Amino acid sequence: MPLFLVTVAPREPPPSGVSAQTLYLLGGSALEGEAVALLTDTLLHDPVVQTATWLPLTAEALAAEPRPIASSVIEIAYRPGVTDNTGEMVLEGARRLGVAGLGQARALRRYLLPPDADPEALAAQLMIELVQTRLSYRPGEAIADRLAFYQALVAPPAEARPRVARVPLRHADDDELLRISREGVLALDLAEMRAVRAHFVALGRDPTDGEIETIAQTWSEHCSHKSFKARVRYRGTAQSPLTGDSPDAALHPMLNRLAQGDVELDSLIRTFLMAATTQVLEARARQPVAGDDPDAPWVLSAFVDNAGIIAFGPDHEVSIKVETHNHPSALEPFGGANTGVGGVIRDVLGVSAEPIANLDVLCFGMPDTPAEDLQPGVLHPARVAAGVVAGVRDYGNKLGIPTVAGAVLFDPGYTANPLVYCGTVGIAPRGAHPRHVQPGDAIVVLGGRTGRDGIHGATFSSEELTHTSAATVGSAVQIGDPITEKKLLDVLLQARDRRLYSAITDCGAGGLSSAVGEMGAECGASVALERVPRKYAGLQPWEVWLSEAQERMVLAVPPQQLEAFLALCTEEDVEATAIGQFTDDGRLRVSHHGEPVVDLAMAFLHDGRPQRMLEAVWEAQEYTRTEGQGAPDAIPPLSELLLRLLAHPNIASKERIVRTYDHEVRGATVIKPLVGARMDGPGDGAVLQPLAARPEGLALGCGINPRYGKIDPYWMALAAVDEALRNVVAVGGDPGRTAILDNFCWGDPRQPDRMAGLVRAAAGCYDAAVAFGTPFISGKDSLNNEYRDSSGARVAIPPTLLISALAYVPDVRRCVTMDLKRAGSLIYLIGATGPDLAGAHVWDAGANPGAYSGPLALPRVNLATARASFAALHRAISAGLVLACHDLSEGGLAVAAAEMCIAGDLGLALDVTARDASAHPLVALFSETPSRFLVEIDPAAAPAFETIMAGVTMTRLGTVTAEPLLRIHTGETDLLALDVAALRVAWQSGLDGIEL
Amino acid sequence: MTIRVLILRAPGINRDQDAALACTLAGGTPERVHVNRVAEGAVRLADYAMLVIPGGFSYGDHLGAGRLLAVDLAHRLGEQLEQFVADGRPVIGICNGFQVLVKAGILPGPVEQPSAAHDAGATPSSASPALRRMPVTLTDNRSARFECRWVRLAAEPSSRCLLTRGLSHPIEVPVAHGEGRLVVSDPAAGASLQAQGLVALRYVGTVRGPAGYPANPNGSLDDIAGLCNPQGNVLGLMPHPENAVLPQQHPRWTREPAREEGDGLVIFRNAVQYAASL
Repeated sequence: MPLFLVTVAPREPPPSGVSAQTLYLLGGSALEGEAVALLTDTLLHDPVVQTATWLPLTAEALAAEPRPIASSVIEIAYRPGVTDNTGEMVLEGARRLGVAGLGQARALRRYLLPPDADPEALAAQLMIELVQTRLSYRPGEAIADRLAFYQALVAPPAEARPRVARVPLRHADDDELLRISREGVLALDLAEMRAVRAHFVALGRDPTDGEIETIAQTWSEHCSHKSFKARVRYRGTAQSPLTGDSPDAALHPMLNRLAQGDVELDSLIRTFLMAATTQVLEARARQPVAGDDPDAPWVLSAFVDNAGIIAFGPDHEVSIKVETHNHPSALEPFGGANTGVGGVIRDVLGVSAEPIANLDVLCFGMPDTPAEDLQPGVLHPARVAAGVVAGVRDYGNKLGIPTVAGAVLFDPGYTANPLVYCGTVGIAPRGAHPRHVQPGDAIVVLGGRTGRDGIHGATFSSEELTHTSAATVGSAVQIGDPITEKKLLDVLLQARDRRLYSAITDCGAGGLSSAVGEMGAECGASVALERVPRKYAGLQPWEVWLSEAQERMVLAVPPQQLEAFLALCTEEDVEATAIGQFTDDGRLRVSHHGEPVVDLAMAFLHDGRPQRMLEAVWEAQEYTRTEGQGAPDAIPPLSELLLRLLAHPNIASKERIVRTYDHEVRGATVIKPLVGARMDGPGDGAVLQPLAARPEGLALGCGINPRYGKIDPYWMALAAVDEALRNVVAVGGDPGRTAILDNFCWGDPRQPDRMAGLVRAAAGCYDAAVAFGTPFISGKDSLNNEYRDSSGARVAIPPTLLISALAYVPDVRRCVTMDLKRAGSLIYLIGATGPDLAGAHVWDAGANPGAYSGPLALPRVNLATARASFAALHRAISAGLVLACHDLSEGGLAVAAAEMCIAGDLGLALDVTARDASAHPLVALFSETPSRFLVEIDPAAAPAFETIMAGVTMTRLGTVTAEPLLRIHTGETDLLALDVAALRVAWQSGLDGIEL
Repeated sequence: MTIRVLILRAPGINRDQDAALACTLAGGTPERVHVNRVAEGAVRLADYAMLVIPGGFSYGDHLGAGRLLAVDLAHRLGEQLEQFVADGRPVIGICNGFQVLVKAGILPGPVEQPSAAHDAGATPSSASPALRRMPVTLTDNRSARFECRWVRLAAEPSSRCLLTRGLSHPIEVPVAHGEGRLVVSDPAAGASLQAQGLVALRYVGTVRGPAGYPANPNGSLDDIAGLCNPQGNVLGLMPHPENAVLPQQHPRWTREPAREEGDGLVIFRNAVQYAASL
C-alpha cells in the first residue's frame, strides 16, 4: 500500500525551546501524489500560519528529507485501535473533496528538541504509554526504524478466526474458580463463582466465554451495586469525643439505630436512600409544600431510570445524573475524564432529555507533591489535574453543554486514586420518555462503531488499582469522540419528538451486554453479533458483545417505525443498525453467524447473584491535636492565617479552570460560576433559566467535605447535604423544592472499617434528607478506590460523599449573587457558630492544633433549626430584601467575608464580639460550623428582613465600606485588617502549581 | 413580512438554538437546517432572506477550527452560497461560523494581496481560487487556552459592514473559543483590512488605546473581533452576541441597573431589518 507523510509546521517560532509539528500518515492502495498534494493544500494546513510538505514514504525519500534543526526528535501517535479523531476527520474531508484512494489516515505529533532537552524525560511528560506509542531518533538517522514505525501504525489488525471458547467450570475446585475470576478480570468472589458453577452444573454444560463475561459484567459492582445491596452486619457503638453526646433520637433516627450496637441491615440503598425518598414524599403528601400540585407528582422518577427526574413547570420535566470515572482517570487523565463526561451525558439522553448543563467535581492529590513520593505507575497530581480538566473541557464544550457548577478539592489521600465526578442536567417535554419495550421491537445500536476498546471497564472498576493496572487492563481506558456523541444527541431528540422508539438506554459500562441485558430483562432478547458495525476486523464475538466503545446508544424501535428511524439517522450522518430483536421467551440469546455465544435465562442473569454479606466494624477516631503544619505551639497572626487560607488550593480561586469551560453556551446561565464587579468572584450555586420565555429557574449546588469523613462519615453526610442546600439557597433556590443526589466514593467495602464508614454515611444521608425534606432522586457508588503498592500495602481514599442539589427557582429575576453591592449596607451572619474546628482548613494554614486549648468539635448540622433557617432566608431573597448572600464553608467566616470583598471590590468592617465576646478568635474567624451565611441588606430593608427572619439565629456584624479593606475586630481591637487587593492576590495564586 | 432565517446546522455545531432565539427576538423567523439538506438540494438557500452560521466545533475542528465545514461550503454549497452573498443578503458567522467563513475564503473576501503572502511551502498549490486569496486566518489564542469570558466590543466607524450600523456605544457579549486570534500573513494585509473598511468590530478596554489581555481575549491583530466583506453584507465575529440578548444573561445584572434586553440583540435586529429592506 503506498504511504505518504505530510509534515505541517508552524510559521511562528515556538514559545519554548521545543517546537511541535503535526504529521499525517496517509495510505491507500490507489493513493497518488496528486491526491496527497490536494489534501495537503485544502485540508491539512493553514498557509497563513503553517507550512506543509509531503513525501512518499520510502527510504530514499526519508533520506533526502531536509533535516529539521533539532538535536533529537520524538514522534507520538495513538496506538492502533485507539480512537484517532484527527485521522478520522482527514478521511471524512477526503470524502467531501471527492479524493478517491485514501484508505487510512493517522495523525502524529513530532517534537523537535534542542540539545539540552532529555528525550526520555520529555516523552514521559508528553505521552500516556497506555494509549500512545512513540519513536525517538536523531535527525537524518534511523530511517528503517521510522519506516517500520509508520508501517505499524497503519498495519491492519491481525485476522483472528472468530471462535466461541468454553470455560471448564463444572469441575473446577474453589482455587480454580478464584484463579479463573482473577485471571479473567471477572471480579467475582468465591460465592458468586460457586453460584455460576452450580447453574452450569444444573444445565449440564460449561459456559461459553461470552456467558461468563456477561455474568461477570451484570454482577459487577459497577452494574449491580452489590455492596450497596448487601446484607450488612454493623457493630460499634462508640461516639467520638469530637461529636459529643448522642443528639435527639427523633431527628437522627438512623444514627440512633446504629447506636444500638449490633445491627443487621438489608441493603444500604433500600434501608437509607430509597427509604429517605419514600419518607420525604409521604410526609409531603400528608402536608403539601406551597406550590405543590396535588394532581401531579413532583418527583417523577427516583432510582429507576438512567437519571432522576422531577417535574419542572406545567409542561416539562428535568432530569439529573452524576457519575464517576475514577479508575480510568487515574491511568489516562484526559481520556478518563473525557469519556466520563460523555457517559453521563448519555445517561441523560437515556431518559430522552436534552442535556442543558454539566457539573464536575474533581479530587486530586496535593499539587505540590514531591515526585519522589509517588508510587510506581502513579501520575503526578498536577499532571492528573491538568489532563482531567482538559478532558472535561473538551467533551462539555464540544457538546455545547455549559459546565456551570462543581468543585476542585485536593487531599494527599487522592494521589493514587483521583476522583472525577461528572454530572449532567437535562430537560424534556413532560412524559416524552417512553419505557415500554415490546417483544418484536428491533434492537438498534447507533452512534460509534465497536472496537476492542473498553473491554472489562465494568469489572476493572471493581478492583483496586496497582502499579501494574496499566499493563493488565489498559484496554479499559479510552479516548472520546465528542462529535459522534453530538450527532447522537441531535438525532435522538428528533426521534423522541417523532415518537420513533419505545425504549432507550445508553451503552456504557458492560457495552451491549449491559444495555441489551437490562432492556430485555423483563421479556428476552436475541442479538446477531455479526451485524454490529466494527471499527476494524479481528474482534472475537465476546469482545464485540462486551466492548465499552464510547458514543453508542441502544434503542427499541417498533418494526413499523424502523424505516423512518434509520432514514432519520442517515440524514444526520449517524450510523444505526438493527442487530436483533426483543423476544418474549425470557432468555438472552446472542449468536455470531448462527453459532450461539450466549444463551442465558434473564432470571438467572438478573436474580441469580447470591446476596453479599459484609461485615462493618466502626471504631470512633481519636483526634490528635498534633496534626497540622508550622511551629508547635504557634498560631501565626490572624491576617497571615487568612492570606494562607485564601491561597489553600481547596479555597483558592478556580478561575483558571472555570474559564476553560464554556459556561455561556445555550444562553441560559443566568447566575454564572464567576460573579461580581470583575466577574471573578466564587459564586455559590449556578442558576439556569432553561426556557427563555419563562421566569422559572434551576439552581445547582454541590456539597463535599472528605476531611469530616476522615473523622465520622455520618456527620460528613449531614454537612454535605447542608452545603449543597446552602449553595442553592444562597442564589435563590427554594429549599422546599430541592431534590438531591448521592455519589459515594469509597475504599474496599470488604474491609470492615471502610464498610462501617459507608454505613454511617448512608445513615447520615437518610437523617439529613428526611430532616430537610429533600428527596434523593438518583445516586451512584464507586467503591474499591484503593491503591495496592508492589509491597501489598493498601491505601484507601478518604471517605468521600458528593451531594448534588437541584433546586427550583420561582423567578430568576430575584436571584442574588455573593459579591458586595454597595457601601453602607448592613451585614448579618445567619446561623450560630460553634467551636467546629475539627477537620477545619485553618490547621493547613500554619496554625497548630496543639497551640489551641479551647473546645474542639466536628462540624455537626443542627437538624432542629437548619431547615427553618434556610426556608426563612429563601423567603427574604424571594421578597427582594437581600443584596448579596454567601454561604460559609471551608475557612469559615473570614474566608467568606474576604471572598465577598474581592467579588464586590468593596470593604467590610465586622465586629465579631457582637456575637460572642468570649469566643476564641480562631473559632470566630475560621470555625466551619454548617448552616451559616453572610448576607448584605440595605438599611432601609433591614426591618422587613428582620421580621421575615424572626426566630432564626442571626447577628448583625457590621457594614460594607467604600474603602477596599477587610477589617475584622472585637470592639476597638482589630483582629485583622487587610487590603482587598492583597486578599485577591493571595486568593488567585493558589493553583499556580498546575499548568493548565 | 416574514424574514426567513436559515440557521445552518452541521455535526458539532452547537449554538444553533441560541442563534435561533436571537433571530426570533429580532423579529426574524429562524429555521435550523442541516448542511446535508442544503447540499442535496432539499432546502434551497435562495428561499431564505438571511443566513446564520452558528458557533460550535464543526466536525470536531480537528484539522483546524472550521476547516471541514469550510470545505462543505466551498464544495457542496459553492454556487448557492456565492449567489446568496452576491445578492447582498445578510450572512452572520459567529465563532466557529466566522472561522468557517474565513477558511472558505468568503471573509474578508477578494482583497488584493501581494503574492509573497501565498508561500504555502514546497507543495505546488492546486487550491481553489477562494482559498488562495485568503490573506487572513484565525488561529490558536495567544494564551493557548480555550477561554470563556465577557468582552466589550466597539463597532469600527469606518467599516463597510451593514450589520453593525448604529452601534454607537461599546456592547458587552461573551467569548468562548480557543482559536480566535486573527492573524495576517504580512503587515500589509492588516493595513489593507483597515483601509478597505473590512474591520467590523474591535475588542475595547475601559480606557482608550490597545485593549490588552484579557479585554482582547485572544491576542488578535489590532484588537480585531469581527470582519466583513467588501459588500458589507457578510459579518463574521468571534464573540457571541446571540448569548447576550436577554437581560439576565449579562454577567453583572444582579449589581447594575435593570436592562431591557441584552447588548447583542442589536446586531440581529440590524440584520433582520436590512434583510427586510432588500
